[in-house]
Amino acid sequence: MDYHSPASFAEASALAANATGITRFLAGGTDVLVQLRSELVTPDTLIDIKKIDGVSDIISNADGSWTIGVAATGAEMSEHSELGRDWPGVVEAMDLIGSTQVQGRATLTGNLCNGSPAADSVPAMVAAGVTVTVTGPSGDREVAVEEIPTGPGKTSLSKGELVSAVHIPARGEDGGDAYLRFIPRTEMDIAVVGVGVNLRLDGDTVAEARVSLGAVAPTVLLVEDCAKAIIGSTLDDAALDALAAAASAACNPIDDKRGTIAFRTEVAGVLAKRAAKIAYARAKGEQA
Amino acid sequence: MALDDRKSEFTFVGTRPNRPDGLDKVTGRAKFGADMSAPGMLHGAILRSPHAHARIVKIDTSKAEAHKDVKAVVTRADFADVPFKPGLEGEFWNVLENVMAGEKALYDGHAVAAIAATSALAARDALKLIKVKYEVLPHVTDVDKAMASDAPVIREGAADYSVPEGMHPNVVRYHESGHGDVEAGFAEADLIIEDSFVTEATHQGYIEPHACLGMLGNDGKGELWCTTQGHWIAQKTCAALLGIETSQLRVTASEIGGGFGGKTTVFIEPVALALSRKANRPVKVVMTRSEVFRATGPTSSASMDIKIGMKKDGTISAAQGVFRLQGGAFPGAPGDMTAMCAFAPYNLTNVKQVGYDVMANRPKQAAYRAPGAPMGAFAVESVIDELCKKLELDPVDVRLKNAAYEGTKASYGPRYERIGLVETLEAAKAHPHYSAPLKPGQGRGISCGFWFNHGGETSVSLSLSEDGSAQLMVGTPDIGGSRASMALMAAEVLGIPYENIRVTIADTATLGYNDVSHGSRVTYASGLATIKAAKHAVEKLCERAAASWGIPTDAVKWENGCAVPSGPNAGDFDPRPLADITAHMGSTGGPISGHFEATPEGAGVSFGTHIVDAEVDPETGKTAITRYTVIQDAGKAIHPTYVEGQYQGGAAQGIGWALNEEYIYGEDGRLQNSIFLDYRIPVASDLPMIDTVIVEVPNPGHPFGVRGVGETGIVPPLAAIANAVSHAAGVRMRQLPMSPPRILAALKDNG
Ligand SMILES: Cc1cc2nc3c(=O)[nH]c(=O)nc-3n(C[C@H](O)[C@H](O)[C@H](O)COP(=O)(O)OP(=O)(O)OC[C@H]3O[C@@H](n4cnc5c(N)ncnc54)[C@H](O)[C@@H]3O)c2cc1C
Repeated sequence: MDYHSPASFAEASALAANATGITRFLAGGTDVLVQLRSELVTPDTLIDIKKIDGVSDIISNADGSWTIGVAATGAEMSEHSELGRDWPGVVEAMDLIGSTQVQGRATLTGNLCNGSPAADSVPAMVAAGVTVTVTGPSGDREVAVEEIPTGPGKTSLSKGELVSAVHIPARGEDGGDAYLRFIPRTEMDIAVVGVGVNLRLDGDTVAEARVSLGAVAPTVLLVEDCAKAIIGSTLDDAALDALAAAASAACNPIDDKRGTIAFRTEVAGVLAKRAAKIAYARAKGEQA
Repeated sequence: MALDDRKSEFTFVGTRPNRPDGLDKVTGRAKFGADMSAPGMLHGAILRSPHAHARIVKIDTSKAEAHKDVKAVVTRADFADVPFKPGLEGEFWNVLENVMAGEKALYDGHAVAAIAATSALAARDALKLIKVKYEVLPHVTDVDKAMASDAPVIREGAADYSVPEGMHPNVVRYHESGHGDVEAGFAEADLIIEDSFVTEATHQGYIEPHACLGMLGNDGKGELWCTTQGHWIAQKTCAALLGIETSQLRVTASEIGGGFGGKTTVFIEPVALALSRKANRPVKVVMTRSEVFRATGPTSSASMDIKIGMKKDGTISAAQGVFRLQGGAFPGAPGDMTAMCAFAPYNLTNVKQVGYDVMANRPKQAAYRAPGAPMGAFAVESVIDELCKKLELDPVDVRLKNAAYEGTKASYGPRYERIGLVETLEAAKAHPHYSAPLKPGQGRGISCGFWFNHGGETSVSLSLSEDGSAQLMVGTPDIGGSRASMALMAAEVLGIPYENIRVTIADTATLGYNDVSHGSRVTYASGLATIKAAKHAVEKLCERAAASWGIPTDAVKWENGCAVPSGPNAGDFDPRPLADITAHMGSTGGPISGHFEATPEGAGVSFGTHIVDAEVDPETGKTAITRYTVIQDAGKAIHPTYVEGQYQGGAAQGIGWALNEEYIYGEDGRLQNSIFLDYRIPVASDLPMIDTVIVEVPNPGHPFGVRGVGETGIVPPLAAIANAVSHAAGVRMRQLPMSPPRILAALKDNG
């Protein structure tokens, strides 16, 4: 196994482009090293991106948007109070990952690029409208988060491409987001269902909404019917029921050791309602 | 065992000093199974079957043997030719067959070959060079299906004499017991409930994987270091499986990171020794977690039918149960234990119980705290709860009405001596938990539980040092703070402080045979032997004092750590403290030691009652345990903190078993959740503070009144939690674990 620690994304991209066999980027390593140890994936080339300048930065831009470095950890995000005030759903989703120890290493980018349909931060990012910069042999492009995963363990990144930054839009006025997941325990588990909701209000009425589901299909879903169900409503019971129905209808889950099809489908609706209520309360500036 | 010297006033017993192994454990100085190394040591790795059931057509090890880092490869041919016998008579054969497959691989994870190489990585990689040709056979993993007439036969001839004719060959042992006339009893009942229950297999879940370091020469002399609950059984079994003399193998038990019954047998130890004998170098083998799940433990899975009749006043008029336990591809599932324990808390006129030991294509079941009892209690106590509900009776009152007491003829045969079930029920009724109001969505469950407890072969030595301190050697690995309890009991007899006694878990060369640390026997049996060994030393101390005073030995007694004249007629001498006598022991007759060995028979059965509150989220089926109280009879709590720890541990493991833990097999018969991510034991935040009440009804069979406490605590939780969840959800849960998908499905079925 070859180990590299390039000083720039261009160099990292070139190393990956020229590597043969299996290549992995090493961010926090909480997926890569676990898979290596358990003999699931033994990379031929390991490219550590943590030595690149600025990769751990969390930057508040002039327009209110945020740029998160690809090695910024869950713990660093949780400790950033302004980020948490703007995007509590994204920060809480990241904070749900693993334990205190894992939080000291795990990153948004790693969670996204590992390609798990159950990745916790991904539905929250999709709901928030997060984009990433992808650096490759032919330069940079900006891609919506929902375009990255293509199936369990698979991404749309091509050979030599890697994520070089994460962009969270400006929060703006009267908005709120939330992420909820279902696990049978209270922590240290993988989502059986995950739901991210982000919305903006006009008075008491939902003006804009994005709803994303995790762990109920081969990739994280952005569900337009869920958004439609609540846009124009005051999140009354009828709207919530329509939201739940749309969420359940969008599910295309599997039966496995972590949950049944019937369970995932049902609980997706339940969590969508609960997450929407939290996002709504947050948008109104209430504690939730 | 007759005891004429029962004690009830204590100086040291009942206090809560720090455990002697605590500092070593928190500083990392303690040596666990994987912490031992030896010069020239090799690392072993084991090749395991990917099939649930397959004939091993051919094993080609030539490529692996040719690898430069590989120093030995072993298969079944490298072990002794142990004779096959049916049932548990052939236990050495059963263990050998489990340790290394013979003609067939019998479950996913079954060992088929092993390698010793110069590094752990090299050994692991070299496994891929071994080519095994399998002929895959039909498999069965479910207990009811394994008994059906069309089930694949795991092994012909494994059934023992007890099995009635006409049963499938996978049924290998049968048990039936009871008394009275159940049909007449049912005729007297005002309400009869008949119901069926199933539980999945769970793993003991000890945090330390199996690990050992073995060294065996061609001269048949060997050394073994391993994490185990019993190094004498490891010695005896390894010797039999390798064809060497027992006494030529010295076994030392490491510190143990949990066992709960799962480390009462051998898995990797004979393999390490076989590899070592072939390579002529020490070999270390450490299991991965996945190997632990696939090839060690677990409990049996169970399928059970219960029928109980009750009169309007709560009297149980008749009770009957059928308990089918699946214990993997070998005899040993404790269907007999389940049957015997199921109704044991109750004073019944008419009772009948039947137990089956059934084989399936799963790993060989191992003991797990009160093996077999928790499942039976789940089924029986669920039906009692349902009867109470339908007859609108208080569940504690009904249990009190039917509770066994001194003189009751137990459901499994004997008459009870002094027992403490009624006291635990009375304590439950009086406990503020039992009358605390419940919030909407919450339910409360209670259950009783019983376990036999065990004595077992025990040998203990105690030697005094010149400075007046004492060394105590016991042969039962310390799995729950027993060194602290032993030191307290020795301190009580010798009259010297706890801190001046060092307790060692001696190796097999140091003491006579000691049974495994199981059956809740250690504080009882090693404790009894410790007390007797200390008394033996005290006799000698008194002899020395008598000699120095020139009076007869029986004119000297031992009081507060000193020899004193037994009365005014004995003479007027100053008390001689222990350290004063030992200071001169070299010149007054030599070293002073005490020794005791026996198979004590008075273990004293044990009962507990648990109260649980559960809250169920009706939209997701997720359960939170909001309050938990364990009430159990300890006879006498030598070190109350460690008694409480046993109670809390039983409840914690029971919560896991009841709610989320389970072995999940795919259609292909392979285990799907062989890591802690998917095998869901509770994490700390899943548990409420577990409250404990120690009831002390002294055991007449122990000098200080001790009853074992290690196992009873896991008997009531499954039932108590199922009762709480069933009340909270408004629907009876008959299958464990009560995972959220199962609860949600039950709620939907219920409308
Ligand atoms: C004990 C434990 C508990 C966990 N609990 C959870 C949980 O609750 N929820 C959850 O979602 N996950 C969980 N995980 C999984 C893991 O922690 C997360 O997916 C984490 O966010 C991965 O981030 P990382 O920085 O460690 O990624 P790494 O392991 O470093 O990388 C993961 C993947 O991303 C790729 N990658 C990394 N950086 C880049 C980049 N810049 N460009 C392109 N590809 C890149 C790597 O090649 C690799 O394929 C858990 C893991 C452990 C060990």
